[in-house]
Amino acid sequence: MEKGNGCCFSSVSSSAILSSVAFVVILIFVRVLYVIYCSGRPLNKRSSKPVSTLIILGSGGHTAEMLNLLAMLQKDRFYPRFYIAAATDNMSLQKALLLENSLASETGTVVAETAQFMKVYRSREVGQSYITSVWTTLIATVHALWLMIKIRPEVILCNGPGTCIPLCVIAFIFKVLGIRWSSIFYVESIARVRRLSLSGLLLYKLWMADQLFVQWPQLKQQYPRATYVGRLM
Amino acid sequence: MGGEKTKRVIFVTVGTTCFDALVKAVDSETLQKELLAKGYTHLLIQMGRGSYLPTKSEGDCNLVVDYFTFSSSIADHIKSASLIISHAGSIFETLKLGKPLIVVVNEDLMDNHQSELGEKLANRKHLYCASPQTLHQTIVDMDLNALVPYSPGDATPVAKHINRFLGFPDD
Repeated sequence: MEKGNGCCFSSVSSSAILSSVAFVVILIFVRVLYVIYCSGRPLNKRSSKPVSTLIILGSGGHTAEMLNLLAMLQKDRFYPRFYIAAATDNMSLQKALLLENSLASETGTVVAETAQFMKVYRSREVGQSYITSVWTTLIATVHALWLMIKIRPEVILCNGPGTCIPLCVIAFIFKVLGIRWSSIFYVESIARVRRLSLSGLLLYKLWMADQLFVQWPQLKQQYPRATYVGRLM
Repeated sequence: MGGEKTKRVIFVTVGTTCFDALVKAVDSETLQKELLAKGYTHLLIQMGRGSYLPTKSEGDCNLVVDYFTFSSSIADHIKSASLIISHAGSIFETLKLGKPLIVVVNEDLMDNHQSELGEKLANRKHLYCASPQTLHQTIVDMDLNALVPYSPGDATPVAKHINRFLGFPDD
């Protein structure tokens, strides 16, 4: 008798658990679809309140292109600015600092108030073995999460390097969970004429960028949801 | 008699990368003879992180060859040169300074996305594009007068898009 009751109880509770899990999964799925739908549409706001901005820098040409873009953005709209570069990239943050310094001297402000500079661990270095990469990717993800929790930017600007993927994925998850709504802008490099980079492809296929900009018309044909903006350089 | 030759410098640059294949390619006697025949007097090689050391050379009958690893201002070297041979990373810096350019694509790089850009710009006659193996032939065949000046791009459209998307009023 008792055994019978025990069996009944465990089957009820396990089906209850199953339906709860299914419910949560469906909820999350619907929420994700809603986030993707909203992300594609311009924001409703009409105010001129400044937006906190995360700028993800990559080596060499990527940083040059990003600084070129930043030169065209009104700095009093996009602030405070947070610059992130990969831990092993020595040049990018320096270049960004140069830009901010000259800006500060022009406007008479203090760099520390308007901009911050951070490094994030890389998931994988060029040539690193895949086995150790699992561990380093884990560390990099935790580090990225830590930085994103601190920054919680309203706008993310990125243009190519792999550094941006963990940060954008976390930002997307924050959107789904309602922690922070970040508008993610991805500008594909001018070097990408016929195909998207891996970062661009991921963000495009997973519908994670609010706006994905390309600099050559062929890419717009191949990826219709992208926005063609002509050459930046 | 005098007859001082005007100094015409070819500047080879690999930026902060390691591109031994290019440095080796310009370290060839036949290639340097070709450059001499075309009226160049100096060959300056910025070799970056590479490990291959080219041979220095002096004298009136040869191309004057020198090299260094890094410089705080590549732009100055580009400005004082008559022809640039560079890796893909310096394309826009060179084009903006209005200098003739041969871009050499580094085939060892993963994915080799640089070649798409080099080919595209070569199609539009803004520069010549080569590999370390085809560099010599490219120099033989090149006609720098046929190059078309590059008009710099403009980041205004994308800035406009971003501003509009975020709901900022138009300027």
